Amino acid sequence: MSVLAIRSLSKTFGGVRAVNDVSFEIAQGEFLAMIGPNGAGKSTCFNMINGQLEPDSGEILFAGRDIAGLEAREIWRLGVGRTFQVAATFGSMTVIENVQMALISHAHEIYHFWRASAGLHRDRALDLLEQVGMREAAGRPSRELAYGDVKRVELAIALANEPRLLLMDEPTAGMAPRERNDLIALVKRLVVERGISVLFTEHSMDVVFAFADRIIVLARGRLIADGDAASIRDNAQVREVYFGTGKTFAGAAP
Amino acid sequence: MTFSAFFFQALNGLSTASGLFFIAVGLSLIFGVSRIINIAHGSLYMLGTYIAYSFATYIGGALGFWGGIVATALIVGVIGALIEIVLLRRVYRAPELFQLLATFALVLVINDATLWIWGPEDLLGPRAPGLRGSIEVLGRQLPSYDLFLIVIGPLVLLVLHFSLARTRFGRLVRAATQDREMVSALGVNQAVLFTSVFALGAALAGFGGALQVAREPANLATDLVAIGDAFVVVVVGGMGSITGAYLAAVIIAEVKAVCIGIGVVDFGFMTVNFSKLTLVAEFLVMAVVLIVRPYGLLGRPQAFVRSIAEPEDPIRAAMPALKALGAVVLVVLLCLPLLAQTSPYLLILGIDVLIAVIFATSLHFIMGPGGMHSFGHAAYFGLGAYGAALLVKWLAVPMGIALLAAPLVAFGGALLFGWFAVRLSGVYLAMLTLAFAQIVWALVFQWEALTGGSNGVIGVWPPPPFDKAWVYYLLTLVLAVVGVLLLRRFLFAPFGYAMRAGRDSVLRAEAIGIDVKRVHWLGFAIAGCVCGIAGGLFAFAKGSISPETIHVSRSIDGLVMVLLGGIQTLTGPIVGASVFATLQDTVMRQTEYWRALLGLIILLLVLAFPQGIVGAFSSLWRKSGVKS
Repeated sequence: MSVLAIRSLSKTFGGVRAVNDVSFEIAQGEFLAMIGPNGAGKSTCFNMINGQLEPDSGEILFAGRDIAGLEAREIWRLGVGRTFQVAATFGSMTVIENVQMALISHAHEIYHFWRASAGLHRDRALDLLEQVGMREAAGRPSRELAYGDVKRVELAIALANEPRLLLMDEPTAGMAPRERNDLIALVKRLVVERGISVLFTEHSMDVVFAFADRIIVLARGRLIADGDAASIRDNAQVREVYFGTGKTFAGAAP
Repeated sequence: MTFSAFFFQALNGLSTASGLFFIAVGLSLIFGVSRIINIAHGSLYMLGTYIAYSFATYIGGALGFWGGIVATALIVGVIGALIEIVLLRRVYRAPELFQLLATFALVLVINDATLWIWGPEDLLGPRAPGLRGSIEVLGRQLPSYDLFLIVIGPLVLLVLHFSLARTRFGRLVRAATQDREMVSALGVNQAVLFTSVFALGAALAGFGGALQVAREPANLATDLVAIGDAFVVVVVGGMGSITGAYLAAVIIAEVKAVCIGIGVVDFGFMTVNFSKLTLVAEFLVMAVVLIVRPYGLLGRPQAFVRSIAEPEDPIRAAMPALKALGAVVLVVLLCLPLLAQTSPYLLILGIDVLIAVIFATSLHFIMGPGGMHSFGHAAYFGLGAYGAALLVKWLAVPMGIALLAAPLVAFGGALLFGWFAVRLSGVYLAMLTLAFAQIVWALVFQWEALTGGSNGVIGVWPPPPFDKAWVYYLLTLVLAVVGVLLLRRFLFAPFGYAMRAGRDSVLRAEAIGIDVKRVHWLGFAIAGCVCGIAGGLFAFAKGSISPETIHVSRSIDGLVMVLLGGIQTLTGPIVGASVFATLQDTVMRQTEYWRALLGLIILLLVLAFPQGIVGAFSSLWRKSGVKS
């Protein structure tokens, strides 16, 4: 059974149909990449799934339940983790406190007033940091971290609620090519170990074609292709939206 | 009310609206470009009235009056430019609230300078040469000068509008209002732009003040009244929008005029005197507008300003050294009654300082970790104080119950107001909290039957053994210690972390299941509750409570205390409150010009300790640590 099923999702901004009748599914444990040129509707699609935007029409079924229009925090409580395009951590907290915060929330302990947070879920937080390779930095203020490390901490935060689905909006944006592959390899390994499904958007085709189990392609708000790496690579329509029809170069070709 | 009376009131409202517009538009322009909320703007307006008075009386005649008004605008403009160059330029990079502190210090300095130059008496200028008469409107006499005011407001609006739309300067101002970093990246000299906008804003305030010279006497209390009105107008109209400022000025002036026009109305079951509701009405308009249109009538969501202030360090549990220091201070405080045998004043000072500590710590709780910059914390102080005092007056309850009720009343009020306040952020939240504080103030001021009006409630003395100063001092000390430690405990607990998480990144906090609004709402209410303790203690310490003690200046005092100590540290508000309350109690006794002295001290601190006292010490500490 699919973890996430998108049915005829649409969203209009003014006169622009940002997302137009998009449908797709993600199976349990699947690593699904959503690609498309700028303005294709990837972020809009993403923000509807994670609760930041309300769709005009269509269904977003998570584990069989329609989550369209729920608040971001409600969706998180159902078991959806996420990372941001521009990594966001709590700048006034240390690395481990960032992870502890998510664990505290997951354990419904936000409205506790007495026991100090510092001791709560510490082992579990260290464990999560260990998995993303950030255990050494546990005590550092998170605002001092290099960007690549912030992304790793974000991943640890996203895993804190033991999600069944992870949404990653351009997880490698702003990272050096070497770091990119390391991060995605790390995500892939964690996902395989835990059987989490991942939906991610990505601009780096290297990353997409090397790691994704399946790829969906959006262009001008519509889903134009859905398949494995090989079929997407050979898809004429995908080539057209990325490179044009090639007529411009026809004469110059050797 | 007849139609003619109604129409007449409406005309009256329009002439008042012009005055409001002149203060508000400058404030709005300055905020748009420099992101500084110039609290001293009301002071510039006040200066305008005084300077114009001098021109009109010493030179006299049409030249002295009309020429004087123009000259006043220019002089106040120059004063504004000087303020920007000498002071504000040094604090643009400081945290936003520090800029507030600097402009508040100016309010104090300018007020005392005015007192020194012109003396404490109200000064009424001559009537306008050429416009002394009145014309008949629907059978009533409307002064020609009022008609002139009705015209001049929209006229200036038009001139401003076209110069902003058509000139290069106007384009720069509009561009800087949208994204000032971009403007400076395009090679525009920001220093010149900021100075000229500040001068323009100041000149408009001076002009507005000068125009009042023929209507109202120059008065030393004008500065805070004017700035309060201007805040409301700017927020209702939308920050940075000059048309919005005029629109809002008209709406507010009209609502007030209509309230006065309606007068006393008998509803059968109760009579309401609407002319007494003007104060409340103004702030109710603002509250309603902010709830329906959070950025004002013609405002847009604020441009994102990349934070230039240093982000905060993670909070740490107290180090042994700090704990030891705390213990020493506590022991000294416990021994204070012994030391005070020779000078009983010490205990009075001690009680004042401790009450200030509770007040400032509770404000810091929402300002620092919550990121909610409340400009109306006095409301909860007042609710606590009046809650306790009224229970004693009307129900003769014992002090223990009154002191218990104080935080509960304040909690209730904070719960109600906080629900609205947390829906906004930044400057708009600050202004809404200010509005609520004004409503509380106006309520106790105008509900004479219950609260005694401006006389307040008297005879709220503590029963034996608390009537002895040292016993009451110890009670205050215990409650202060409990309050401060409780808030500190909350900050280290999950709730405090969630509050900070919501401040650091709303998006991220919501994405891990935190209901940021609800957490901040509860935080707001808790802060109000603890603040109520301070209010209750204050009422019994002074034996009385009056509207004056919960006025806007108390809210500002709280801000000053928190910023003085350092907003980014947990000990900051304690140190800030102690220093401020001590300064206020001691400096005040030394000189007639205590405001100016206090202002200068604040300015010195702002320029020398931009991180607050505790912040400065801890960075010194860290630097010496690195060296050794």
